[in-house]
Amino acid sequence: METILSIQNLWKIYPNGTVANQDVSVDIKEGTIHAIVGENGAGKTTLMKVVFGITQAKSGNISLRGKLFAPSQPSEAIDAGIGMVHQHLMLAPELTVAENIVLGVEPKRGGVFFDFDRAVQTAQEISEKYQLAVPVDKPISELPIGTRQRVEILKALYRNAELLILDEPTAVLTPQETEILFQTLDQLKEQGKTIVFISHKLKEVKRIADTVTIMRAAKVIDTKPAAELSIEGIAELMVGHKIDLSRVATPEHIGPAKLSVRNLNMTRDDGVQAVRNVSFEVAGGEILGVAGVEGNGQTELVRALVGLLPVDSGEILVGSTDIAQLSPKDIRQLGVSHIPEDRMEDGVAPLMSIQENIIVDRYEKAEFSTWFRIFWKNVLAHTVGLIRDYRIHAGSPKHEISSLSGGNIQKCVVARELSADPDVVVASQPTRGVDIGSWEHLHTLIVEARNRGRAVFLVSADLDEILKLSTRIIVMFEGEIVARFEDASTVTAQDLGPYMLGIKRQEESSAKVSA
Amino acid sequence: MSTLLESIFSVEFFFAVLRVSTPLIFPALGVAITAMSGNINIGLEGIMLIAAFTGVIVSIYTESLMLALLAGVASGVFFGAALGYFHLKLKADIILAAVALNFLASGLTIFLLIVITGGRNTSALRSLTFPSFNIPVLQSIPVLGPILSGHNIMTYVAFLSVFVYYVVLFKTPLGLRIRAVGQNPDAARSVGINVDRVKLYALMISGVFGALGGLYLSMGYVSWFSRDMVAGRGFIAVAAATMGGNLSFGTLLGSMLFGLVNTATIYISSLDIPSDLVQSIPYLATVIVLAIYSARNFAPRKRRAVSTHHGENEHHEKKP
Repeated sequence: METILSIQNLWKIYPNGTVANQDVSVDIKEGTIHAIVGENGAGKTTLMKVVFGITQAKSGNISLRGKLFAPSQPSEAIDAGIGMVHQHLMLAPELTVAENIVLGVEPKRGGVFFDFDRAVQTAQEISEKYQLAVPVDKPISELPIGTRQRVEILKALYRNAELLILDEPTAVLTPQETEILFQTLDQLKEQGKTIVFISHKLKEVKRIADTVTIMRAAKVIDTKPAAELSIEGIAELMVGHKIDLSRVATPEHIGPAKLSVRNLNMTRDDGVQAVRNVSFEVAGGEILGVAGVEGNGQTELVRALVGLLPVDSGEILVGSTDIAQLSPKDIRQLGVSHIPEDRMEDGVAPLMSIQENIIVDRYEKAEFSTWFRIFWKNVLAHTVGLIRDYRIHAGSPKHEISSLSGGNIQKCVVARELSADPDVVVASQPTRGVDIGSWEHLHTLIVEARNRGRAVFLVSADLDEILKLSTRIIVMFEGEIVARFEDASTVTAQDLGPYMLGIKRQEESSAKVSA
Repeated sequence: MSTLLESIFSVEFFFAVLRVSTPLIFPALGVAITAMSGNINIGLEGIMLIAAFTGVIVSIYTESLMLALLAGVASGVFFGAALGYFHLKLKADIILAAVALNFLASGLTIFLLIVITGGRNTSALRSLTFPSFNIPVLQSIPVLGPILSGHNIMTYVAFLSVFVYYVVLFKTPLGLRIRAVGQNPDAARSVGINVDRVKLYALMISGVFGALGGLYLSMGYVSWFSRDMVAGRGFIAVAAATMGGNLSFGTLLGSMLFGLVNTATIYISSLDIPSDLVQSIPYLATVIVLAIYSARNFAPRKRRAVSTHHGENEHHEKKP
């Protein structure tokens, strides 16, 4: 097979001195699916950004079909037949599928006017040609995420992409949607397209890829045929040491319920009922996992539990106190801590220092302040302690928190929330976007909290995480609990999928007030 | 009171509403098109003022209405482009840049006015005006005729502009790009669209609309230029466009609602009420309308909305 894209001795150094790619060489063969795996910050996305012209290399060569290629902007890469499906989908939400597909190369009528009918027709043709069904005249905002992603792929194909780069495409998909995506990719491969698949989900890499390149710390560790690698083998090469992907042991002792939610109903701003008659309990010493496609009420539910959104009706009991009317601060004082899904939005003040972010929930303690001054020495000592205990890689506690990597920012949030010694831990997407090393470490911290008798309420779109950590699992769909699994140790991702998509529901689920 | 009601439900009143709405419709369209491209443009005040001034001066010196129109529009486009230069190229905050340009427009026009007139009474500068226009068949229809016919030609241009706005935004590739850039600049960028250029075009088009509004003020509504004669219309336009969701018909309705209130104010001032109080009615109405508008949008939940997926990639996490 011919080499379509060849990267030779590529170096990329960011202006702040970070070496993102160090002497990277990769050959990508035409008509294959080539996975690039590595932890966050390993340099895989940067490498693809260089190929796509979003950023430029310091030195090294890229050749496309044997010709030297150095795009200075994405449009050059697009013209050369490269398409990229970004992690954050690049679609205008209120425009239709057809408009999004033709954007930038619009068909015209009379030389001046945008020909909407022809755009729809073209979109329909391209959708049929590649057998990727999309509703061409619907606005993007009405489509599920899996379909939106298909629009992105069509966008690239409409621009005659021969080489498709997909950056973490499955991060937001259910197992079933992921499988559909993979069938699409297989099909595109048969039609002669080349696919570069960036991921850190090893099972998926194993399922889809022909060749795997493993990156660690800006370098290529190895490139091998997928058939010669095991999941454990890839993980080990990625992290540099053995990784435990197995489920955690079930807790030895489960105490009384610490968090009880009864018949909770919530309405979103747009009038849609976000949470419908939801009831559950979380006991001390267990982790209750919530599986579900994002946007099915989990976000609203979590925000209600920590006092950030009001509820329509129902009870939220922490111990025996109803917190529905309490402020977030009062709720914290009752022993509830919150690891929010959007750490930059709700978890930290990005422009403030690490130590300021750490004491934001506890600065009023006598140890840290009186009414007119803050004891910075104590704050510093406290922060240094947490940085050590939680293994946060940080230069100084006085540095701006956003100068850290995503995984380390998340460790700061988790350090603050767990060191507050809560009774109830509400964790939403606690490992989103962090690398597998931090992933494992954050899991250890959550399990330790559980073992100390805390009640952990875990919401995650990462099914591996739900299955690894949960003692019990509930599944949410369109604001309702559609399934309950009292013993998570026997559940598989395939069991959860149909409930997450709303294809199946347990009959008794919504009526039953959990014991 | 009954005489007031009688005069309000008169043909003259509704004729006046259209007249008073004209210098709101133009800038509101300017605000709307920039909003569609993802920018807030509070610079219409300055754009209108500059164009109003340029039009008057050029019409006096050239005695050509056409040259006055062209020069006025050019000045508006230049101002829109200048705002674009400060915001897009020099990366200044667009609100601050617009505030600065508004002050510049105010100061510059006063300065030039004094230079040109030598400090004489401004009414010495008699501008040419755009002609009024009777619509042949329409004018003979009772009630409707006297309301719709006989307006300044710029009033008809204003209504035509609403249609033009619709066509540009929804029926041209540029309009599609403007909307795409406004909704998700990254999406536009990813397909090779020059986002800054599209935003600049939107600002320049808003300069055209704003200029037409300013020209009407000094060369139709009245026939002279006086200092700060725009009197907040560029800001009321922001309210009008926002209320109309920046869509063509909505923006028209929003502008006419404010036009209606302003006209009513003129009628009420004939009553025995302190005039300062009456003068405040349009501004009070703006506050009330915006309060009702935002209450309707945000009332059900006081706490902030759950964030959606787009618009969230503003805060990137930096690499170590």
